[in-house]
Amino acid sequence: MSIAAPRDGLLTGALRRVGAVGVFFGAVLVQCVPALARPRLIVHQIYNAGARSLIIIMLCGLFVGMVLGLQGFDLLQRFGSEDALGVAAALGLLKELGPVVTALLFAGRAGTALTSEIGLMRATDQLTAMQMMAVDPLQRIVAPRFIGGVIAMPLLVAIFNLVGLFGAQLVGVQLMGVDAGAYWSQMQGAVQLNDVQEGFIKSVVFGTACSLVAVYEGYHTEPTAAGVGLATTRTVVTSSVLTLLLDYILTAAFL
Amino acid sequence: MRPNRALEIGTGLFVLLGFAALFFLTTQLPGSGVRVGGESGFDVTARFDNVGDLKTGSPVTLAGVRIGRVTGIAFDPTDFKAVVTLDIDRKYDRIPDDSDASIQTAGLLGGKYVGIGPGGSDTYLHAGSTIEFTQSAIVLESLINKFFANFASRGNASASEPKEEVKP
Repeated sequence: MSIAAPRDGLLTGALRRVGAVGVFFGAVLVQCVPALARPRLIVHQIYNAGARSLIIIMLCGLFVGMVLGLQGFDLLQRFGSEDALGVAAALGLLKELGPVVTALLFAGRAGTALTSEIGLMRATDQLTAMQMMAVDPLQRIVAPRFIGGVIAMPLLVAIFNLVGLFGAQLVGVQLMGVDAGAYWSQMQGAVQLNDVQEGFIKSVVFGTACSLVAVYEGYHTEPTAAGVGLATTRTVVTSSVLTLLLDYILTAAFL
Repeated sequence: MRPNRALEIGTGLFVLLGFAALFFLTTQLPGSGVRVGGESGFDVTARFDNVGDLKTGSPVTLAGVRIGRVTGIAFDPTDFKAVVTLDIDRKYDRIPDDSDASIQTAGLLGGKYVGIGPGGSDTYLHAGSTIEFTQSAIVLESLINKFFANFASRGNASASEPKEEVKP
């Protein structure tokens, strides 16, 4: 597709890439509607992107929560207010750490799998073969993977948050001796529905961004072995940078 | 694609788990839902003028040791007082019934808790008894107000009078 393209400058190249992703996003969105008619394909992708990431998400959530419990306890203890650990852990996880860390893990675990799968289809001309059979690969291959990622991400974030809260509770309450009642009741007193909502919106946006980058890089892979490897690397880098960038913009918008 | 049983069960489990987590985060976290600790002893009530931001689940302490939890905060519409239910651990059954309860703050930013000061009576608190002597939460703003009012009046007084050295 873009193999024999004329050389672009640095700026025009970047601009062109952003534009290409945007155009691709539109094309995928249009194909998402007919793709919904085949829910089994989407279920399969939710399984690939979501269910198979479950273990790593839960494990990382536990450790992030435990670190948050330790660091939060150490910090709050200096002000003699370690009872506020529940609030600190809950807000930190819900608003920032949950969506961002899950998105980074998602890019590494599910995003790379998507890119290399689609990229290999491109490299072995499977996508071209589909087009010759009048099957639109955007609708049959790309759209279900995109929808699956977008659905899986918020669920993964919710699970990550929950496990993280229990991890923080494990360290703070069981190990460091914060009062369990103070931990939960102060958390419930301070966390607003808005905070949960902010995390949810972030997770949907990150899920869309990471899935889009993954399928875009896969679909536009240079059809060689090296090209697939390069596309996979680009997926991780682009998704991670995009996640952190979007995170700042969203946080600024919500505050 | 042929239907695959394990795949569909796995996906169903994942989606179910995700929605359960989401449900917990949206409904339980911002409200007062989770009951902490399985222990339950006997219930004692105390009536306060003002409970500040005491919450269900806050600890009840005697001499700094946690002996129970606040399990309910209600409002009595007849005398406009807050009725706080304290769940005292069963093993602390020898607390004099003329003990007093006060609402205190842990640290500068810490949460509120109920402190019990033991009395000298020979009869003990039991299920359903009421703590008669209570001290409300200290609201920092009103304390500061009082302090400044005091300060201002003293400032005026000393300004009108000739200066006088205070001897120790």
